[in-house]
Amino acid sequence: MRTRTLVITGLLVAFLIAGVGSFYASSHPDGLEYVAGKTGFLDSAEDSPASDSPFANYETAGVDDERLGGGLAGVVGVLVTLLLAGGLAFAVRRRTPAEAER
Amino acid sequence: MHVPDGFLDAPTSIATGVVAAGGVAFALRKARTELDDRTAPMAGLVAAFIFAGQMINFPVGAGTSGHLLGGALAAVLVGPWTGALCISVVLLVQALFMADGGITALGTNIVLMGLVGCFSGYLVFRLVAAALPKRLTSIAPAAAVGALLSVPIAATVFTLLFAVGGTAPVNTGDVLVAMLGWHVVIGIGEAVVTGLVVASVVAVRPDLVHGARTLVPAAELEIRTARPTTRPTTSPTTSPTSTGGAA
Repeated sequence: MRTRTLVITGLLVAFLIAGVGSFYASSHPDGLEYVAGKTGFLDSAEDSPASDSPFANYETAGVDDERLGGGLAGVVGVLVTLLLAGGLAFAVRRRTPAEAER
Repeated sequence: MHVPDGFLDAPTSIATGVVAAGGVAFALRKARTELDDRTAPMAGLVAAFIFAGQMINFPVGAGTSGHLLGGALAAVLVGPWTGALCISVVLLVQALFMADGGITALGTNIVLMGLVGCFSGYLVFRLVAAALPKRLTSIAPAAAVGALLSVPIAATVFTLLFAVGGTAPVNTGDVLVAMLGWHVVIGIGEAVVTGLVVASVVAVRPDLVHGARTLVPAAELEIRTARPTTRPTTSPTTSPTSTGGAA
């Protein structure tokens, strides 16, 4: 399989998971939040300064439909992550072919 | 395991922020040894995939859920330094855009899931891989064990930070027992996802899997002729077109 095919297939899977699959994720608190609630330190959590971001809590401001808003937030998140991490990787990579690979 | 603002006090958050910044700066230098034109696209893919994977909370019972952390997965696929950078980018996007994990807690989250998650997962992976037969089929199981252990290890490190700088007066022992118990179970989910994803990539392109690079012979440059070099055995000298092997 060509690298391009692999990367595009993987990205499609990621967009599908974030854009569609995430709607079906469990809405129970995660391990840390649950433990914090049970042992009594959940109330020490503060609202994030980013909680007025248009995609805060994986919702989309102005989109009332939960499925659509959550999917949009997921797709935007995957895209921004891809651009940042991919750009970073290309910026720090070795420019010569992998001759020194161990 | 995204720590919100407020769980840890300011000195602890500043300390983890310094450790995270130092770790990321060091990783930026070391990732150079792992990244080239071939593997750089994988880093983008791995980060994007882990962002997506972290959106899928799976139930682990009693009204609790867990999701992929991705440290071991990233470390095995693209190398621990690049993996730590990938996780850090995911955490940055989540903190800034999704309000998932705090802003003052970003350093804590990078330490827990980026540095501890990647390097504990990778260390266990290397130990298990060294004990298994040197075959490509050993890579995914070793990665799964690394993933399995990386989650309770990160949960333990959180508890240590909480013991030092927790803002609420809660018994550390209670927190440790509860954190370990749940995160061992969450680690099983982490192991399953990591094992499946690593096995899939190993199946199609083992040469792009950092953790399998010693098992894949490096592709050497070869000179290929335009046509097959099978020559007729009957008259090796008469054919004018025969250039077989000469190239």
